[in-house]
Amino acid sequence: MANGILILAEHLKGEVADITYEMLGAGRALADELKAPLHVAVIGPGAGAVTKGLGLADAVFTVDTPGAEVPAASTVAAVLQGLLAQKQDALVMVGWTNLAMGVGSVLSARADLPFVNFGKALRVEGGAVTVTSQLFGGKILSDVRLADGRGIIGVSAGAFPADAGRSDKAPTVEAVAVAVEAPPIQFVRFLEPEAGDVDITKQNVLVAVGRGIQTQDNISLAEELAEALGGAVCGSRPVVDQGWMPMSRQVGKSGMTVKPRLYLALGISGAPEHVEGMQNSQTIVAVNTDANAPIFDVARYGVCQDVLDLVPVLTEKIKARKG
Amino acid sequence: MNLFVLLKTVPDTVEELSVAADGKSLDAEWLRFKLGDADEHALEQALLLKEKHGGKVTVVAMDAPELDEALFMAYAKGADRVAKLTGELAGVQSLASARLFAAFLKQQGDPLPADTLVLVRSQAIDDLEGEIGPFLADLLGVPYIGVVTGVVPEGAGVKVTKEFAGGLRGEFSLPMPAVLGIQSAEKPPRYVPIAKVRAAMKSSTLETVDVTPEAPARVEVEKLYKPEAAGRAEMIEGSPEEVADRLVELLANQSLI
Repeated sequence: MANGILILAEHLKGEVADITYEMLGAGRALADELKAPLHVAVIGPGAGAVTKGLGLADAVFTVDTPGAEVPAASTVAAVLQGLLAQKQDALVMVGWTNLAMGVGSVLSARADLPFVNFGKALRVEGGAVTVTSQLFGGKILSDVRLADGRGIIGVSAGAFPADAGRSDKAPTVEAVAVAVEAPPIQFVRFLEPEAGDVDITKQNVLVAVGRGIQTQDNISLAEELAEALGGAVCGSRPVVDQGWMPMSRQVGKSGMTVKPRLYLALGISGAPEHVEGMQNSQTIVAVNTDANAPIFDVARYGVCQDVLDLVPVLTEKIKARKG
Repeated sequence: MNLFVLLKTVPDTVEELSVAADGKSLDAEWLRFKLGDADEHALEQALLLKEKHGGKVTVVAMDAPELDEALFMAYAKGADRVAKLTGELAGVQSLASARLFAAFLKQQGDPLPADTLVLVRSQAIDDLEGEIGPFLADLLGVPYIGVVTGVVPEGAGVKVTKEFAGGLRGEFSLPMPAVLGIQSAEKPPRYVPIAKVRAAMKSSTLETVDVTPEAPARVEVEKLYKPEAAGRAEMIEGSPEEVADRLVELLANQSLI
């Protein structure tokens, strides 16, 4: 019976990305419960060399694709479709990541499979998988049941622990040939991260600002607080998109993943794209005027106030305390 | 360039969102709608391309609550033509809407003119069954790339910048016609005063195109709900003075100051 689970491994520059292990840990649990085989697909030029830590899988399929170092989403989808047909898998897990974006949608259309994105939690109910997804910036959850056991699940980064999916056991690796057309998209080159004046991944204390800071001028309030705390300022996507802060200070899906001792989130709603970059900070303090903001679900301490009212007072008190 | 921008409004998440009595949809009564952030950026990127390289910007959207204001705003910002697809569109998700947009685009030229670029949000906050861009490109038989933050015409195609993670980006080249999923424009979306939008409402009209969606949503939501309050932050209450005192104490206890 076609019931296997196929995970799309994510890799760049020969390194397996954490999302792969996160999906492997979650996928292993599902596979055991469903009594189904767990497969991993590594797709791209030189795929055979990228199998490190994939030992939780019952089999790893490597598929070499012609051309570009980073294959187009449509190419990856075509390979997955070929693998599904060859290996009789029923469920596909792909990362909800910038790299895999587009793969689930194209595969869904071509293979006529339902695609459930933004997956945050998975459970088996009556022999079928139910996916809990985060919608509307994390403010609402939805449950979708893949009733006939077939489908594609987009898994959020950070939803499952990577350590639970990493295994030094040598997996069974099989090189599989899947014929795909050469895509019209050409990968040209990597653009390395712009070196900023401060490496926010190395700071003990980060003061992060979001839309709630309202104007570029107000960022100085956060800078003063960061200075008083001996840390640095960073921001969420809207603040960087406004040009108020360089990309080197962006935290989240496209930006940096940070784990400071203290993360002070000022006027940040806590959309999943941001949370995946800061949820492992040691102590998170969030200030937001919206009492329902999802940031309060990850923060240890919360304050429902306007940052513009609180921050100047807090800065003065910290300075006074430090003397 | 022959530029198309597909726009969609989404519930404004600054407002309180509540679940309707059916337990499967949002309570429409209190919802306010706005263009998604990435939609604003897709429009801006199209306008920037037109300004730099010439051409025409056509905006097209499926009819939805509070859409017209966003469409007149697009006129005020510099769109040349704005069309609205109308019909029984409730519950139409990415794949079904991609079919409608593909049909509209094919009416503009089949095959699409060689200098056609379709710009669409990389992703919307309610794209539960996936982004529209890849679906649409597949239906049109043209290439697609998403999470795009820069577009430069190059010969018969475009060179684009796509974001990965950790600040790493990649440069790709692809032939036109193409569909691009825009994450951010090269500049923040421009501001237009409301007076200019009102002027556009008087001087321009929204073209309407009747459509009939075929494919139902493939993903059926069993239950929609708010995250549980368990595990939420310990809320600190009081005046800014009192809150600041308490925070200083907490931070000091953890040797953070």
